[in-house]
Amino acid sequence: MRAYIPAYDLRVPGSLSETLALLSREPGVWQPFAGGTDLMVLLEAGKLSHKRYLSVAKLEDLRGIDVTTADVTLGALTTYSEIQNHRLLQKEFPLLCTAARETGSIATQNRGTLGGNIVNASPAADSPPALLVYDAEIELISARGVRWLPYHGFHTGYKKMQIAPDELLRAVRLPRRVKKWRQYYRKVGTRRAQAISKVCFAGAALVEKGTIRDVRIALGSVAPIVLRAVKTEDALFGKKATPTIIAAARETLAQEIAPIDDIRSTARYRLRVAQNLLEEFLSQLAK
Amino acid sequence: MSESVSRINIACRVNGAPRRVQAYPMARLLDVLREEMHLTGTKEGCGEGECGACAVLMNGAIVNSCLVPAVEADGMDIRTIEGIARGEQLSAVQEAFLECGGAQCGICTPGMVIASVALLERHPHPSDVEIREGLAGNLCRCTGYQKIFASVVRACEATSDKRPGKQ
Repeated sequence: MRAYIPAYDLRVPGSLSETLALLSREPGVWQPFAGGTDLMVLLEAGKLSHKRYLSVAKLEDLRGIDVTTADVTLGALTTYSEIQNHRLLQKEFPLLCTAARETGSIATQNRGTLGGNIVNASPAADSPPALLVYDAEIELISARGVRWLPYHGFHTGYKKMQIAPDELLRAVRLPRRVKKWRQYYRKVGTRRAQAISKVCFAGAALVEKGTIRDVRIALGSVAPIVLRAVKTEDALFGKKATPTIIAAARETLAQEIAPIDDIRSTARYRLRVAQNLLEEFLSQLAK
Repeated sequence: MSESVSRINIACRVNGAPRRVQAYPMARLLDVLREEMHLTGTKEGCGEGECGACAVLMNGAIVNSCLVPAVEADGMDIRTIEGIARGEQLSAVQEAFLECGGAQCGICTPGMVIASVALLERHPHPSDVEIREGLAGNLCRCTGYQKIFASVVRACEATSDKRPGKQ
């Protein structure tokens, strides 16, 4: 059943300080609303239970892509379109650009935001695997102050995260340390365009003379949260991607992920595909 | 029954003309266009951002109007299917859809035309892949897409020395 629209409030505070003040005065009453590409779908389906929102879409403090020699900082309102059209991101962080290009349609990419993709906390979100592989950090702001934390560990369970009701995600920072890393991203959905993923895999590795010196692997849609596969990574450090090592890594990954049967796929299919994507990633490192 | 909020004033430009309407803040732009402004060319298909039938241009960028709350349209420049033709004179994209049989039942057509205009404004000479990507957010249950694809190609040819989508 469709929602009763007059029951929903969507205020537009004039500034960041006004937004934070309102979040602080009435914590939990207000939730931020950015591109709306997830929330409006729930609204139309009559499944949007929270009723009061603050539009953050026009807050300039949450916009822009800043580049320094050490890192790239993306405002939480950076859209998927802005990500994929950014030259430096294309060059150094291709996994994030691919994720942005494969999220919904162009119409969705023009509205959907990186910050929204994080705090919407879907385990099937496309950009979080890339962010985990890039060791992203996130900035949370509130009337109490500012804090930075590693993105890895931010999601603690299905739709649960380390953010207080008065805090707002302001930015995402990517350290520029992966220039020489081999990078891989593949999303498997029902069709190639505009599908929600059955399994999403992001991987990056620093390889010297065939030996994996450093590696990061993250997957979407195979656990209650987007998962960094640290045990699988541990099994690969200092190794060469031989068939034996790849077979062992496939087994470790099977122990580490917890796929389920749902509307989009089955646990069995997801496990097999996740292992196959890992193998494809590692096989490319051997070349 | 839940308590209600008040309607708010929304001021925007629609197809070049300033418009003021009152709407509930979370009302869908799609409904505001159709029911308050009587611009019924924009269609509702899925209502969940999958099919593209409700596509409009907002500050030049294609968006699905079913996913835009009214309050976000405040201050924006919106172009709907009604703003694509100039009076009785169709745009090159619309002419091409007529010529190539790019429309059948017509429900997806306004969104398809908007997506084609948005595509040709970004890529005046799109590759096959760019055309497919540009239209990937628009679903059609009739044509099988080939004639829509051919319509976009035809529109490019027809406007090779003009800027498509701008009459």
